Amino acid sequence: MRHAALELIDVSKVYPGSPPVHALDHVSLRVEHGELLAIVGPSGSGKSTMLHVMGTLDRPTEGSLHIDGIEVSRLGDRKLSAVRSQRIGFVFQQFFLLQGASALDNVANGLLYSGTSKRTRRRRAAEQLDRVGLGHRLHHLPNELSGGERQRVAVARALVNDPSIVLADEPTGNLDSRSSAAVMDLLHTLHQEGSTILVITHEHAIAESLPRQVEMIDGRLVELVGASQ
Amino acid sequence: MTATVETPAPIEAASSARMGPSRLRPSDIITVATDGLRQRKVRTALSALGITIGIAAMVAVLGLSESSRADLSNQIEQLGTNLLTVEPSGGFGGGDGVLPEESVAKLGRIGPIEVVADIVTLDQAPLRNDIMSSNETKGLTAIAADVDLVATLRGSVASGAWLDETTSQTPTVVLGSIAAERLAITSVTDGPMITIGGQWFTVIGILGDFPLAENLDRAVFIGKGAAVSVFDVELNPSVIYVRTDPDQLDAVRGVISPTVDPQSPDEVSISRPSDVLEAQEAADSAFTSLFLGLGAVALLVGGIGIANVMVIAVIERRNEIGLRRALGATRAHIRRQFLVEALLLSSLGGAAGVSLGAGVTAFYAGVEGWEVVIPPIAIIGGLVAALAIGAIAGLYPAMRAARLAPTEALRSA
Ligand SMILES: Nc1ncnc2c1ncn2[C@@H]1O[C@H](COP(=O)(O)OP(=O)(O)OP(=O)(O)O)[C@@H](O)[C@H]1O
Ligand SMILES: [Mg+2]
Repeated sequence: MRHAALELIDVSKVYPGSPPVHALDHVSLRVEHGELLAIVGPSGSGKSTMLHVMGTLDRPTEGSLHIDGIEVSRLGDRKLSAVRSQRIGFVFQQFFLLQGASALDNVANGLLYSGTSKRTRRRRAAEQLDRVGLGHRLHHLPNELSGGERQRVAVARALVNDPSIVLADEPTGNLDSRSSAAVMDLLHTLHQEGSTILVITHEHAIAESLPRQVEMIDGRLVELVGASQ
Repeated sequence: MTATVETPAPIEAASSARMGPSRLRPSDIITVATDGLRQRKVRTALSALGITIGIAAMVAVLGLSESSRADLSNQIEQLGTNLLTVEPSGGFGGGDGVLPEESVAKLGRIGPIEVVADIVTLDQAPLRNDIMSSNETKGLTAIAADVDLVATLRGSVASGAWLDETTSQTPTVVLGSIAAERLAITSVTDGPMITIGGQWFTVIGILGDFPLAENLDRAVFIGKGAAVSVFDVELNPSVIYVRTDPDQLDAVRGVISPTVDPQSPDEVSISRPSDVLEAQEAADSAFTSLFLGLGAVALLVGGIGIANVMVIAVIERRNEIGLRRALGATRAHIRRQFLVEALLLSSLGGAAGVSLGAGVTAFYAGVEGWEVVIPPIAIIGGLVAALAIGAIAGLYPAMRAARLAPTEALRSA
């Protein structure tokens, strides 16, 4: 049996305070390799919290998380960082590209903490930029690129370490409809090529274009379409 | 529910084993830190400036004091610590302030005295020729000198010859180095002449600089015999120079006064010129500590500047920190990045400071005519101090950056 790309088991996240916020309320989710799915929900429903927990950027209060079969909820900082550098790719609404670095170097940074040589990092970065259709923009700085192009650079960066899963938080949130369609098309293409991608969005229109949709309301998950079980 | 929670342990172990740790190559740390500084060139330069000034001050102070000390000890060596000068003093009894004429002959009989010579300052003024009026003396004096003067003072002859027993009796003159310059006489081959008190004298020699006796460089010298025969003066020594066996210096010092003037020994004043230089050397080091203190203050301020800039950088670059954590940076990687950035900043400032300080030293020493000495301790110490300051200044900001929770860091401002 092959294990899931990512599996949340009965995960809760409580932010202390008065009253405490139950941002995630006993959430379970299994994402198989090769899936493309959307988590859709209104603002404040806990989507980003869930993405942070899935991406090992934050620890769940309860429950366990497996990435590619590795139980990560008890790992220390060093091991968690290794999981992020080798098994997870992130795409953020704000792109988070380094302003002074070219598209190529920004993508190569996806391998910076894996110990690969600079030459290899750059070669693989160029391949990924080619793959997202930016082979002609290798040496452009982020502020010389359109919003859609920047997000495609960020997607290339998320893919360059060949992750088990790409976690994208509102990847089209800062884009106009045309660029946003281009980014979604790209995600579909990558999915067809075998990548596992989880997209967080508050737009139902975007969620509906994906094969599987899970709705999040007040920290709870409801399968809408395409559940694997 | 229990069924879902379980994950087969062996697979977990195998998966973990497959995965190496996050790694940031040393060369990449440098690149990452350099990029951080290159993004903010003006700020980098300004924050390194404090360190530059502090290190430059310290290197220059050490360099200059070392250079001037080298110059002083050079002078002391030339002069010798075994030279004593004897002059008449008023004394307590209100004496005549005159040394007896036969003093040199008496001193010459004291065993440990190697060589002794006196000078008698004359009232007659030296002139280039008899047409010039006597207020054009150009600050030159005429001196009747003992034949042993050059030997006693370790002087040198630049051209021609010094006075000997014969030429001391004739109207011949030897010029001090500055006197020759002022009288525009560069060579003695065609027998140039000058006047002293209206009498003609033939120039037979030009001296080199005396070590530490500029007043003699400004004098013209005639023999004692000539002084008596031409000007009919008394030969009471103005100054007697005594060169003694270095081991007997104190003993010699004790017997000079009673020998020279047995009636009123307290009217004889004895000094040791090298004492003045040694005092100067000591005074120099007091000055040095003052400037070193100021340099240390500048360094402290520079260090605070770097800490300040780094704290701001950590706040401004929260998103970058969050991104790097998402890309797999460990806390240690983030800490190292900012620490190395602070170290680069301070060593940049330190290197600039060392070159600036060395430059200032070289320039000033050049102006003073000193040999340039920059002690290695100043260069190494400067760089080490800069690095230490960078490490201290960078530590707190780096720890703050590392402690930042990734989710906190990724929140948009
Ligand atoms: N650090 C925190 N401390 C306290 N409460 C928090 C914290 N982060 C999030 N929350 C709360 O947790 C809940 C879920 O937040 P989250 O950011 O996950 O929502 P979201 O679904 O991503 O919303 P949006 O679509 O607006 O991004 C919200 O009520 C939020 O106020
Ligand atoms: Mg959100």
